[in-house]
Amino acid sequence: MASQAIIFRETKGSKGFFTLLAVLGVFLVLGAIAFFYAEHHGHHVTGMNNQTVWGLPHVFAIFLIVAASGALNVGSIGTVFSKKLYQPMGRLSALVAISLLIGGLIVLVLDLGHPDRLIIAMTHYNFKSIFAWNIILYNGFLALCGMYIWTMMDRKVKGFYKLAGFSAFTWRLILTTGTGSIFGFLVSRDFYNSAVMAPLFIVMSFAFGLAIFILVLHFAYKWTERELGEVVMNRLRNLLAVFICGVLLLELARHLTGLYIAQRLGVETFILRDGGIYTQLFWVGQILLGSLLPLGLIFCRKLANNRTALLLAAAFTILGGFAQLYVILIGGQAYPLTLFPGAEVSSGYFDGAINSYAPSIWELMLGVGGVALALVMVTIGVKVLRFLPDSLSDAMVDPLK
Amino acid sequence: MSQNRVDEYRRKFVMALGGTAAAVTVAQGFILREANAAGEVSSRPLDKAVTSDKRWGMLIDVTKLTDGGAGMVEACKKEHGWGNEADSDEAQKTHWARVVKVTDKLTKNSFSLPVMCQHCEQPPCVDVCPTGASMKRADGIVQVNKHLCIGCRYCMMACPYKARSFVHEALHDQKPYSPRGMGTVEACNMCIHRIDNGQLPACVEAAPDAVIFGDLNDPNSTLSKTLKDIGGKQIRADLNLNTGVRYHGI
Repeated sequence: MASQAIIFRETKGSKGFFTLLAVLGVFLVLGAIAFFYAEHHGHHVTGMNNQTVWGLPHVFAIFLIVAASGALNVGSIGTVFSKKLYQPMGRLSALVAISLLIGGLIVLVLDLGHPDRLIIAMTHYNFKSIFAWNIILYNGFLALCGMYIWTMMDRKVKGFYKLAGFSAFTWRLILTTGTGSIFGFLVSRDFYNSAVMAPLFIVMSFAFGLAIFILVLHFAYKWTERELGEVVMNRLRNLLAVFICGVLLLELARHLTGLYIAQRLGVETFILRDGGIYTQLFWVGQILLGSLLPLGLIFCRKLANNRTALLLAAAFTILGGFAQLYVILIGGQAYPLTLFPGAEVSSGYFDGAINSYAPSIWELMLGVGGVALALVMVTIGVKVLRFLPDSLSDAMVDPLK
Repeated sequence: MSQNRVDEYRRKFVMALGGTAAAVTVAQGFILREANAAGEVSSRPLDKAVTSDKRWGMLIDVTKLTDGGAGMVEACKKEHGWGNEADSDEAQKTHWARVVKVTDKLTKNSFSLPVMCQHCEQPPCVDVCPTGASMKRADGIVQVNKHLCIGCRYCMMACPYKARSFVHEALHDQKPYSPRGMGTVEACNMCIHRIDNGQLPACVEAAPDAVIFGDLNDPNSTLSKTLKDIGGKQIRADLNLNTGVRYHGI
């Protein structure tokens, strides 16, 4: 563990705490309304259909799930790689990870055609299904993060700190491999079936999870009037840049491979050039605003030590992440299945046509509800347990460098 | 439909396949096999488990389908009652089968064919289903266990043929032999209720001159022999799924 000088303390039950909960509560209620509405009427009230079967809720769910494993990284760097500077943030890192995962899973589950059959998903496993494996991986991740937090909070089990940290870190790598493989294993869709989806999702998780962690850390300290120095933030700032570059590298490899293989040229041309909203989301949302802008904000010399620039970089990374997942999920489904390579197909059921999808307000409400749930869990978590160090000022963390 | 009628349809199909001179030889061969063919859809006692002795499949001769398979699709729709959802939009309505027009980009050669669940030997939908709801029966029929389906739609993402539909609204007046339900996924089940009852699937009955149904495991079945004689192509054969539905003329 970190230096003894680090003191962890619960946040106070201030007016701000309850205001935050009230605001998040509104989004939770809206999410619940959306769920009950779609559950009662059926999915015809959503924008999803039999061509675009996964919609906006899945973008939110997968973003949160991917970000969850990434949020744990801050803790893992401290525990697994023994970087002392990161160790005081380990507890918060694991809390954010658990919260994001539950927020994502709730969206995923509530969007099922039969959320009432969750018990079936928990009791009937088809072990050839990566989805079934993911159910086990999610539950295991929650349990391991819980134990990791326990070893950080309870001196009696401090001896298991390294073991728990290693286990959680290994598990999270496998978990994100599993999430990426949900797409990687889809043999029939040219935009998905590739082993690169697993490492791509891992590096995406690094970036999204860290971006969220940076924002949570900053606002948790600001709103509780604790000190958060630039030493910590600059370390996270550089790390974020590395992760964004990692995502760009794997995306470059993925798209170049797609362009090289004639079979995939169609879908690549669609996404990169002819796809309308998907092309715009890719170039403007993911690449320009979601990657290059944050890198600019991080590396611009005039913005060194500028907290606002870092927060904006993190926020734009999150925005880019949503754009990226929207392009992967919805864009990948918008491009029609290839029934007969080398031929044009048409039918009364959208064969050969670009599939349309317009998200409904209900899907948006459900997705935002998941985000709100994750934030509520973090807010209450830091209030009731000692997750946050009293101070992460430069003076406090300097000896840990 | 009586079995004799089925046999008659098969005979007509086989007759039509051959040329003028070849027809005599081929037809004689097939007429001799009718005795075997008649037993292919014999009913199964309900207390007897389905075994892998049989693998049901069909051969669709696209050149014999004057309507591209629209009649087959209509028969399926009537049999199972899908596609009439009142609240769903066109993209949300269920489709167990559809007619697809295919035109080669270079040669402009064109044909139409009915596309439905291809009843793969290695079905991606079964592989990906987390609960095992998407399953392949021992006799090769791929279907959804409606009691286990949680409505995750992963099978729809995995199916190369867009053969599966998700029910987007509450349903009424369902066929007792073909239960369906809001929030679950469904697809062609080869009219499993008819096969178990010794009848041909509705679509096969609707296009008797163009479709042969039977046991792929039995080398002496009309289906197997016709496939051996004239071949039967798979859609997306490159995926190596070994489909139970084969096409001639594509």
